[in-house]
Order: sequence, then C-alpha cells, then structure tokens
Amino acid sequence: MRDQLVLLPGFLTAHLQLTLVALGLGAGLSIPLGVLVTRRRSLEPGVLGFASVMQTIPSLALLAIMVPALAALGALTARWLGFELRSIGYLPAIVALTLYSMLPILRNTVAGIEGVDPALVEAARGVGMTPRQRLLQVELPLALPVIVAGLRTATVWVVGTATLSTPVGATSLGNFIFSGLQTRNFDAVLMGCIASAALAILLDQVIRVLEVGLVAGRRALVAGASGVMLALCLWAAGSFAAARLGMTEAPVRVGAKAFTEQYVLSEIMAQWIAAETGAPTEAVSSLGSTVAFDAVRTGEIDVYADYSGTIWATLMKRETLPEQRGDVLGGVEAWLQETHGIAMPGALGFENRYALGMRGEQARSLGLRSVSDLARVAGRLEIGGDLEFFARAEWASLERAYGLAFRARRSMDPALMYQAVAGGEVDVISAFSTDGRIAAYDLVLLDDDRGVIPPYDTIMLASPQLVRERPEVLAALARLAGRIDEAAMQRMNLTVDRDGRSPADVAAEFLAGLGK
Amino acid sequence: MIELERLEKRYGDVVAVDGISLRVERGECLVLLGESGCGKTTSLKMVNRLVEPTAGTVRIEGEDTREIEAHALRRRIGYGFQRVGLFPHLSVAENVAVTPRLLGWPEERIARRVDEILARVELEPGTFRERAPRELSGGQQQRVGLARALAAEPEILLLDEPFGALDPITRDRIQQSFTQLRRDLGTTVVFVTHDMVEALLLGDRIGVMKEGKLVQLGTPDALLRTPADDYVAELMSTPRRQTEAVERLLGSAGS
Repeated sequence: MRDQLVLLPGFLTAHLQLTLVALGLGAGLSIPLGVLVTRRRSLEPGVLGFASVMQTIPSLALLAIMVPALAALGALTARWLGFELRSIGYLPAIVALTLYSMLPILRNTVAGIEGVDPALVEAARGVGMTPRQRLLQVELPLALPVIVAGLRTATVWVVGTATLSTPVGATSLGNFIFSGLQTRNFDAVLMGCIASAALAILLDQVIRVLEVGLVAGRRALVAGASGVMLALCLWAAGSFAAARLGMTEAPVRVGAKAFTEQYVLSEIMAQWIAAETGAPTEAVSSLGSTVAFDAVRTGEIDVYADYSGTIWATLMKRETLPEQRGDVLGGVEAWLQETHGIAMPGALGFENRYALGMRGEQARSLGLRSVSDLARVAGRLEIGGDLEFFARAEWASLERAYGLAFRARRSMDPALMYQAVAGGEVDVISAFSTDGRIAAYDLVLLDDDRGVIPPYDTIMLASPQLVRERPEVLAALARLAGRIDEAAMQRMNLTVDRDGRSPADVAAEFLAGLGK
Repeated sequence: MIELERLEKRYGDVVAVDGISLRVERGECLVLLGESGCGKTTSLKMVNRLVEPTAGTVRIEGEDTREIEAHALRRRIGYGFQRVGLFPHLSVAENVAVTPRLLGWPEERIARRVDEILARVELEPGTFRERAPRELSGGQQQRVGLARALAAEPEILLLDEPFGALDPITRDRIQQSFTQLRRDLGTTVVFVTHDMVEALLLGDRIGVMKEGKLVQLGTPDALLRTPADDYVAELMSTPRRQTEAVERLLGSAGS
C-alpha cells in the first residue's frame, strides 16, 4: 500500500487537472450553447442531439476515437497552419471528457431557463430590461439550481470517466486501476477507486455548498466553497506550470502497453537510460496497443518495447511467414525504418510468443502436445482469448492452418485469463509465453507444429525524434540489447504478478544484477 | 397623452385587434372592457411594445413608439398585470427598485423612492422592505406590483386586470386607494378589465371591445344612457340588474 501512496499525489494532481479543465470547458461551452438554444428554438434538436450522441458513445470508445480523430485533424493543421496537434496524452482526454460533460449541463441549462415562470419573463420585459439584462438578472439566477444540478452530474461523470484516459496516454487515477488490474495488485486498484470516488464527492459537495450559498445569499458559504475551488484550481494550474518550468531538460518519455511485462520493461529501459545518460525520464503507462505505436511514430513517446510478430501481423499486415523465421526481425526493422523512420536500437533477447496454453493435467490426460493434437478435440473445448486476440491476424492463421473449431470462445481481460483456465472456466487460452503465471498455475503451452505463429522477439522502438536529437540515449538502449533472457523475464513477471512487487523494484533488482 | 391609430394585430389568419383608434388624455384613466379574447390585453401590450403591432401607429406625447427602443420605452411606462410577476430571488425593496436601477438612478434616490412608494401603496416600508415576495399575501403582492410599476415616476401606467385575483374586500380597498393614488400623481392610466363594476368605478372613460373592435368609447354615464348597440346595452344593464337583485334580497331580509 505504501508504494502506491507515493504515486498518489502525482496521479491525483493529473486527474484533478483533467477534470477541472474538462468541466471548465464543458460548462463554458454548454451554458452559452444552452442559452442560445432557448433563444433559437430551431437549434435545439441539432445541439441536444449532438450532445446526446456523444453521451451514448461508450466513454472508453470515445476516448479511444479521439486519438485517430486528432491525428487526422493534426495532419490538416500541420498542412494548413504549420503545427501538429498532439493526438496522444492530455489533448484527446480533454476533448473526449469535455464532450462527455456537455449533455447534462446543456440539457439542464435549457430546462432551467425554459422552466422560468412566463409571468416573470413578462415582468422582466415590462419593467424595461434588455434581453441581456433579462437573461443575467432574472433567467439565469432563477435557473441556477437546475444548471448547478447538471454541473454536479457532469462532475461525477467526468471524475469517473477520467480514469479511462490512461490508455490514451494521459496520466490519471486510472493508472492505479489499469496497472493494478494487469499486475494483480488490488491495493492499487482500490487506491484508484477510492481516490477517484473521494475526488468526485469532494467536487460535488463544493459545488453544492457554492450553490446553497448563492441561492440563500450566505456569504460565508460562498466564500468557503469558492476558496476551496480556487485552491484546487491553483494547485492544478500551479503543478502544471511547475512541471513545465522546472524541467530544464525534456525527459525521455518511456511508454508501456497495459500488461505486466510492459510495465517491467519500461521501468528497465527508463532506469537504464537514467543510469547510463543521466537524462530524466517520464513513464507513459498503460497505453493501448496501437496507441503506443502511434505515439512513438509521432514522437509523443520516445521509446517503448514491442514484439516483432505483432508488428509483422498487425501493422505490416503480412499473412504469411518468410522461409526463414529469422527474416521476420530484419523485415520488421527495415519496414520501421523505411515507412516510419522509427529506429530499432535492438532486440532485448527473449521472445514473448502468442501460444495456446492449457492446464498441464488436462493436456496430459487428453494426450495433447501440439496445436495439431488440439485441433482433433477442439470441438469439445472452450477457448478464452485476450481482448484483441480473436481480431488478430495470428488467430486467423491458426484457425486456417489447423482447422481449429472450438465449442465456444470468450474474450476476457488478459489479467483474468490465466485464472480462468486454471479454474477450469475455459479449457484453452491465448497465453503469452513469458507470463509468470504459466509456471505458477502449472499450464503447458502447445507446440505450434506448423509454424504459423510468427516469432515475437521483444524489440525496442525509438522515435524518429529521439534518433535525431538524443543519439546518446539511442546508444545506451543499444547496449541493453540481448541482456534479458526468457527465464529472467518469466521470473520478473511472476514476481510482480504473484508476489505483488512493484515493476519499478523488480526492474531495479534486475539492473543491479546486470551490473555485477 | 397616448394615441392609437388604426392599430392592428394579426396572428396568421386570426385578427386579434382590428384597427382601433383612440386617444387617452393626460391624467385620464381609460378602461378597456370586454370578454376574454376580445383583444383588450393585446391592445394594451402594443402600447409598450410587449406586442409589436402588425399595422397602425402608437404615439406617446406625439412621438411614434417605433422610434424609441423597446426597453427604453418600457422604462418610461409603468406596467402591472394580474399574475404580478414579482422576482422571487429579490426582496420587496429590490423588486420595487428594478426600473430606477435600470435607469441608473443614484442609490440614495432609489432608497428614498422605494420607501415613499411603498408608503403610498400602504405597505409600511420598515416592515416590508426586506421581505421576500413569497412571505406576502396576495393583496400585498399586488400592492408591491403596483409600487414597482410606479417606482420610476412614469407618466403612463398600463394595468392588465391587476386586481383580478383578489378577494372582494381586499379588492374594494385597493381599488379605492388606487383611484386616490393616480389622482395624486396625475398619472395617465390604461386599465384592462372584464369586470363591469370595476370599469364603472375606476374609469374616466370606458372603451368597450368585442372581437378585436372598439364598439363604443365614452364616459360611464354616456355608456349607461346611450349604449351604441345591444351588446353594450346588455353589458351595461348587468351591474344594475345585480344591484336590484341584491337590494331585493336585502329588502326581503329586512322586512
């Protein structure tokens, strides 16, 4: 718990920044828009319809969509305005959260103003108010409780939804939840949940007290609540400014996808860079799989680890393997360089293959050793895959090459997959060969006897920007090549997953061992 | 002085007000009388441009109201209506002070005027100034509404059934004090009602309206003696018939 507490101030501050900016923008857009709608009724279906549609998009998807949407927009701005938008990190999170916050505020602004007694509107006109005075002195004050109710709804939603901005590269309390789920660290998950719930309650209550104070004309309440709100804003803005100003040297941004091995590898690379070059580093964790690649391509992260087979199948979209399996690595390196200018400082020295795994005892009793053996009995078995597995090229190749047809298949979070097969919930899973839980749960991996799954050498990817500007970092990374073998990686993964050690500690121990 | 000239209001095919012309002299109280839907309220609201005329002209002291910005025009004209419309988030004093504030009066003049006008509508300023509208009875709210309409010392007052929702005793009292008040201030008043008795009691002249047209315009006396048509005659005989019926009841109870 204590090592999680150390992370709390940073994550909480980042979360607060996201929330306050998104709510500020959401309210700043929605209230005027709501007023406009009450003045021009013809706009109502369009505006409210748009906000409703934003609301019905699942929040995780809305956040994810922002990445390619901003990338496309960024290409336009780069062409016409001379600057590129950042499609990873704060910007997509802020845009998505702002859109998400709009509906309740917008709808309540419209409802609040429309709910004002027509007699009062007539009186306001009769006493000689201009439309603007009528709005500011009569309609908005009377609609205030309804508008504030909408703002409070939006606040609770945005605080909760902001935890989902972690996979698009914006740090938030979601970092606790995503990494905790992946590394089976439930202290971390709990920390993320409690902290975001507490933040939601705090903000909600501050706004409530502010409203009560305004409506009842109680100066002390208004002053107190505004004070707390102001302090939160100053804290968020101040830490943002401090982070920007205090940074003499831009940190090397090390990315990680959302699973244990990635957390460990990003820590190893970050600590290694710091030790070898003295450059500061910054972790950008729990990125979506393709988000990470896009991020390194556009230079929003400097380096991360990926797998040659993933790039071969998913990004290069190759359906067949070369004669020599070793040619995959060279092909990938050439493609990265030529197509995207991404450098490959080296392979780390181990493979993390996709492999079909099952309980050792069941495999032995059925006499299964290879995928070909499995294909004969697959009709009686159920397979579980990680969230992307069944959409990946590797699965299509396996199905085609072996004629695999399972009784049923289920997608699940990779963190739960191993438990599911060990507990007999499913019979076969799409395992990762370096996962420590394979040994821990006595699972066996079936041999890909027809060789359809590409090799998955773990490789470091460095952004074009890093190649240009930080050759010393690139050189340091090259010295890390070949230093991690499969057994070491399995051990490290297991230490995190089973023993609940932090990826940072495990990485530090590993690097200390290297030094000897 | 208010002049309406061939004033007309149409909503699509419906003619709400069908070309009425009349003149209200300075200091006069003109009552527009008629059943609901006859166009009397629409006519009233065209005077301060709460409703914009389809055709015709309104002149105040000879000036065409279209030449004056609507909100500026309304600040010069007091306006009160049956539902009162006191702003619930403001105190009695703040409600009364609304128009003077919009006109940019200095605060001390406003404070003086609020107390003065509250006293005129028989609400003790010390007691009522800081009250919220919801703490007042219906009659008190009507008085505050009247005070708000009169606060900026308008020369013209437009009232749309302002006493309609009151109980008979309160209404009687407030009607008497209203006549006193308007005579003291010399305010020109246009007063809309469907109540014959109220029209007879308050109006210097009465304009009877029916289906958007002004049927007859004259003093109460003239209307009673020489009604222009059967409708006016019928209308005018109602209070007399009622009075006679009441007297018969009282007479039989006395014997």
